[in-house]
Amino acid sequence: MTIPPHWYLALGTGLFTVGVVGVLTRRNVIVILMSIELILNAVNINLVAFSRMFHSVDGQVFAIFVITDAAAEAAIGLGLIIALFRNKETVNADEIDLLKW
Amino acid sequence: MAFLRHIWLIPLLPALGALTQLLAGRRLSNRAVSIVSVGLPGLAFLWALGCFAELLKLAAPTYLTNLYTWLPAGPFRLANGSLAQLNVPVGFQLDPLSAVMLLIVTGVGFVIHVYSIGYMGHEGGYYRFFGYMNLFLFSMLILVLADNYLMMFAGWEGVGLCSYFLIGFYFQRKSAADAGKKAFIVNRIGDAGFLLGVMLITVTFGTLNFQQITEAARSGQFALGNGTLTAICVLLFVGATGKSAQIPLYVWLPDAMEGPTPVSALIHAATMVTAGVYMVARSNALFVLAPKAMLLVAAIGAATALWAASIGLVQNDIKRVLAYSTVSQLGYMFLACGVGAFAAGIFHVMTHAFFKALLFLGAGSVIHALGGEQDMRKMGGLRRKIPITFATFVVGTLAISGIPGFAGFFSKDEILWQAFSSPYGHRLLWFIGWATAGLTAFYMFRLLFMTFAGESRVDAEVAHHLHESPWTMLGPLVVLAVLSVVGGYINWPTERFGHFLEPVFESPFRAAGVQLYGRNDELGLMVLSVAVALAGLGYAWLIYVKRPGLRERLAEPPGILHQILLNKYYVDELYDALFVNRAKNLGNLLAAFDLAVVDGGVNAAGWLTRTSGDLSRFWDKWVIDGLVNVLGFGIKVLSYPVRVIQTGVVQTYAFFIALGVAIFLGYYLVHFRP
Repeated sequence: MTIPPHWYLALGTGLFTVGVVGVLTRRNVIVILMSIELILNAVNINLVAFSRMFHSVDGQVFAIFVITDAAAEAAIGLGLIIALFRNKETVNADEIDLLKW
Repeated sequence: MAFLRHIWLIPLLPALGALTQLLAGRRLSNRAVSIVSVGLPGLAFLWALGCFAELLKLAAPTYLTNLYTWLPAGPFRLANGSLAQLNVPVGFQLDPLSAVMLLIVTGVGFVIHVYSIGYMGHEGGYYRFFGYMNLFLFSMLILVLADNYLMMFAGWEGVGLCSYFLIGFYFQRKSAADAGKKAFIVNRIGDAGFLLGVMLITVTFGTLNFQQITEAARSGQFALGNGTLTAICVLLFVGATGKSAQIPLYVWLPDAMEGPTPVSALIHAATMVTAGVYMVARSNALFVLAPKAMLLVAAIGAATALWAASIGLVQNDIKRVLAYSTVSQLGYMFLACGVGAFAAGIFHVMTHAFFKALLFLGAGSVIHALGGEQDMRKMGGLRRKIPITFATFVVGTLAISGIPGFAGFFSKDEILWQAFSSPYGHRLLWFIGWATAGLTAFYMFRLLFMTFAGESRVDAEVAHHLHESPWTMLGPLVVLAVLSVVGGYINWPTERFGHFLEPVFESPFRAAGVQLYGRNDELGLMVLSVAVALAGLGYAWLIYVKRPGLRERLAEPPGILHQILLNKYYVDELYDALFVNRAKNLGNLLAAFDLAVVDGGVNAAGWLTRTSGDLSRFWDKWVIDGLVNVLGFGIKVLSYPVRVIQTGVVQTYAFFIALGVAIFLGYYLVHFRP
């Protein structure tokens, strides 16, 4: 028994939406970072699902790239957050408005 | 000939000393300063002796040398219309006249330098003193050795400058600084006359060379009493009255005593002040052609001799008495020149250099012993305390008073005889000179008795430190004392000195051979002048030693004459009223003009600039800056809506990104259906 592709797509969409909403609404920068991970993983699900559907490993290769990228991004992101905390003593995204004119 | 060929070394040696002291003297020890600055004049003296010895061996006793052209002035038109070429060289002329002056300047100069080692040893500015002294010697030697009027003028100005430096040596003292200024300014008046005379010589003769001018004057192309020559001689003599302190420009010399005593001895007694006499003697070929100028010289000389001697009678400052005596003796020298007895004048220059330097240095020794006291009323009884100074001082006093056997007697007697017997002379001139001789003897013995004889009036504190001077000071005194005795025998019993100078002074116009007076007349006059000198001596002895009470009776209350003499005939006051205050008033007036008009103009210009600046600043601030500000403000207002979306919060930007994606995706989904 095979699970039809739109199930995967629905799961991906759901996960992606949760991620976007998390990025846009949460205050804590760490949580935002975690939400970005959710978005990336939603993409991964789509890639793996289509790979299986088309019997091609390209999608899986891409998924591994994305996972690697996500790890690197998490490392850099957390490093930025530590640097930020040391300077501003906060991880609250509302209080970090250095890009303002 | 080695000495003569390098005669330029003589002025150069002191110049080297001056350079050393004025450039590096501050870093040298006193010992090094003494060695350099006394040694170099000593060398110059030795070199001068060598030159003198070689000059005597020459067939014609004149040595001329031309180093280089100093001022190539180019062709110009003379007063008589012909064209002339003027080249002023740096050249030296050594003839009997300049040789005598050369030996006096280097010899007496060297002796006084030695003396200064002792006298100035404890003073500040030791190197400065010797630097100026050496510079003075350099200038004086240029003056004496020059072969033309312009170089002589350069030396003339140089000695005036050094005189100014050295009178104002104690420049912290206002009186010294003022005296220096007075000397300089009064000398400038004379110098203007000298310079005008030199200019007139230039346009008359077309040359400034002594030799050529003398030849031209003796060639007979100018008549006796020629107007131009008379003008030249009068102008030159105006210069001489300034430098040699004659009426009416003598007022600076007594004040010049503010300088250190060796300076008074060297510059204001022995050498510089005789420069005027030297210059007149050097121009003798011109003067003998201008009898009126000669009469003026003789009259001024005689008048100055009597005038200054009478002031010297009552002065109480030991150096001031000597200063007036110098003025008086210089008057004698001009009297000699004025009656055509140039040789006698130069003879007196020489003997005077010896005994007056001796007297000044002796006075310096007294002042040194008393720790700076110059008032003779606070001296007395010093003969036992400083015996060597006393002995030499007695010799100097005898010499200047014209006591037979001493140098001053021979030269002064020669002058008086010439004043009486020369075709240019007159009995009145002789009488004034004779009377002055009596006054001279009186005031000099008054000085001697007040200083050395009688009871001591020295302050107890000063008396405690009383001491004879060191040998560096006594040695020069002894040397000069010997010279003050033997100096006179150069011209006696045969007139060796006069014959030696004859090549310079011979003239077809002089003394037309009419011998009006004989040997007996000369002897009679000699007896008279000795008698008047002894009378002066005796009178001084009478009232200052024998019966001191008489002096007090005479002095109390001071008579009108005494008062006038004590105040120097009020000449300084008269000059103040006539010239100095006028000049000051004019200066004040010009200063006021400066302050009101010139400064006013400058201030008005400044005010105008500032006001226009204010105006343009106002324009800038409100119009130019206003426009820029308005523009900026407009942009600020317009950009306000765009600004509000720039929150700086990352999430807002993410939201807009997401919104954009949603919009484009929605548009795609709606419009592009497969």
